[in-house]
Amino acid sequence: MTGPAAAVEAKELSRRFGDFVAVDRVSFEVAPGEVFGFLGPNGAGKTTTIKMLNGLLAPSSGSGRVAGFEIGREREAIKRSIGYMSQLFSLYGDLTVVENIDFFSGLYGVGGERRAARRDWVLAMAGLVDHRDRLTAELSLGWKQRLALGCAVLHEPPILFLDEPTSGVDPISRRRFWDLIYELAGGGTTVFVTTHYMEEAEYCTRLALMNRGRLIALDTPAGLRAGAREPLLRLATPDPIGALAALDGAPEVVRVGLFGRDLHVTVRDRERALSRLPERLAAAGVRSDGLDEIRPSLEDVFIALVLAAGGAAED
Amino acid sequence: MRSALLRIGWMVRKELRQVFRDPRMARVVLVAPVIQLLVFGYAVSTDVRDTATLVLDRDQSRESRELVAAFTAGGYFEVVADARREAEIAEALDHGRVAMALVVPAGFARDLAAGRARVQLLFDGTNSNQATVAKGYAERIVQELALERALGGRAPALDVRLRAWYNPDLASRNYNVPAVIGLLLSLVCQLLTALAVVREREIGTLEQLAVSPLRPIELILGKTIPFALIALVDLALITGTALAWFGVPFRGNPLLLLGATMLFVACALANGLLVSTVSKTQQEAFLSSFLVFMPLVLLSGFMFPVASMPKLFQWLTLANPLRHFLEIVRGVFLKGTTAADVAPQLAALTLIAIVLLALAVRRFARGER
Repeated sequence: MTGPAAAVEAKELSRRFGDFVAVDRVSFEVAPGEVFGFLGPNGAGKTTTIKMLNGLLAPSSGSGRVAGFEIGREREAIKRSIGYMSQLFSLYGDLTVVENIDFFSGLYGVGGERRAARRDWVLAMAGLVDHRDRLTAELSLGWKQRLALGCAVLHEPPILFLDEPTSGVDPISRRRFWDLIYELAGGGTTVFVTTHYMEEAEYCTRLALMNRGRLIALDTPAGLRAGAREPLLRLATPDPIGALAALDGAPEVVRVGLFGRDLHVTVRDRERALSRLPERLAAAGVRSDGLDEIRPSLEDVFIALVLAAGGAAED
Repeated sequence: MRSALLRIGWMVRKELRQVFRDPRMARVVLVAPVIQLLVFGYAVSTDVRDTATLVLDRDQSRESRELVAAFTAGGYFEVVADARREAEIAEALDHGRVAMALVVPAGFARDLAAGRARVQLLFDGTNSNQATVAKGYAERIVQELALERALGGRAPALDVRLRAWYNPDLASRNYNVPAVIGLLLSLVCQLLTALAVVREREIGTLEQLAVSPLRPIELILGKTIPFALIALVDLALITGTALAWFGVPFRGNPLLLLGATMLFVACALANGLLVSTVSKTQQEAFLSSFLVFMPLVLLSGFMFPVASMPKLFQWLTLANPLRHFLEIVRGVFLKGTTAADVAPQLAALTLIAIVLLALAVRRFARGER
């Protein structure tokens, strides 16, 4: 990637709160038009990083550029170039749909014919044409979120920051929301999104994984999966709890965890594990309905990466 | 510059829309002031009239009845009970049925003729203010009666004539009603501004505004101008009611009142902003607001004269914008005070407003990052 052309760029960005290091020397670049996913457990420093990039927080050290403007020094220029939607639903519940749209148009200096055109666009995009004069508080969460997205891009910013935009909405609404994000990215908008939904991570062109303030992985979803070093086995069994007890701590096993009704077992050596694990299960009196190697999901990859990096901050 | 003004305009419009969309809020800013004014105008009176009085007349003579009549004639005392025994006095005072007891001893008429008559007055001192005033009235009534008898119709050698300027009837309403303006403006400007800012922090829109092109100073203006406008409407509402309904005199220049109000409103708005910087929730803002509000009222001379406070507190009141504002308001209404008369108060208000606003803007802009 070429430096000056990057839409978002962070160089050794750090933020401390007293003794606590929320973000620790994080560097990355986001190319224009990317859907850049920012992942990590709660408390990993995702929101703090976004807030430094969009000017809500000053970095303790390091530097960064957004839309070519330096963070900290060119805040006003950055504000005009970005849209931001936070995990807290941030519209006025006691104003109507149209009043909210017009207010944010006003703040961003979208006026005249363009305001009317953008208003119609947001109403159509959010599916709120027939509800334009309803109080925003009365809308369903899915509608509210689409409206918030619409208000964040009224001024057609080249870069859009979304901080856990879909937390709490049903899968259908979430799917529709991502369709909108793709539409925006297709139009050339760079989308910087944090999430902890793994299926959403699959939609991103590239993923950055944070843990305890550090950036611990940065690649495409396929690249991250391919980089998983240890083989993963799936065990089908009627007694997953018994199997968990039997396999946890076995010398062939790196890690074992429940995955739905199955067990996902990360092992050091595939052949050795396939031959030895059935014996251990039999010795513990646990029936096996099949043990075979599977392709790791992104969730498996992330859990492995987070544990390798010392576990999540909350543990 | 033009785009900044447009953004402030959008903020002001949004804020006013929100205030008046909530019917409770609309009542708070428009109806509550009038109700409070009526309460202060009718109920809160420091005048002492019709003091409930018990009479124990052991003489039952023409002279003793004349004495009692002298007490009730002025309207200051009202005889609500006659006692026959000493014990009834203590009981009536204990139960609060009366605030004063007048005891005329047996042989009063005879003693009066001999020039050595005595009467006893007992007061309920619980409400020290009322007791002091009633005591003063009672003493004067007794002394006038005594003087009259001593002179036997001749003119006295030295006569005192008292006249109260500006408020000849000494009606406490004329003193209190204009002061209510200061109280209500503090409440509207300080509390509502604090709540409006903290509400946005609670629902997350403050962050949304912070990433928009709206600058901190524009945000502050957008948040305070609406309440300044509401304050001016309230000023007109309260002044109108005070003049038309209560007949409170207005002898000064309305423009002086308007100017002083703007200065005072600036102080109250700055207080509101400062409260909002230390409050995370609306509840906290409400409590902190009252924590600030109570001492401001108590140390303003609204109810307790500044002159009778200990010296230290008198010094403290100099930093209280409400103190200066009340002096101006009362002066403008009752005395026809001119700007030159209250130049020190105007200067103090200006200084306090500048300091508070500078503090508020600094804290507010810093709190954002």
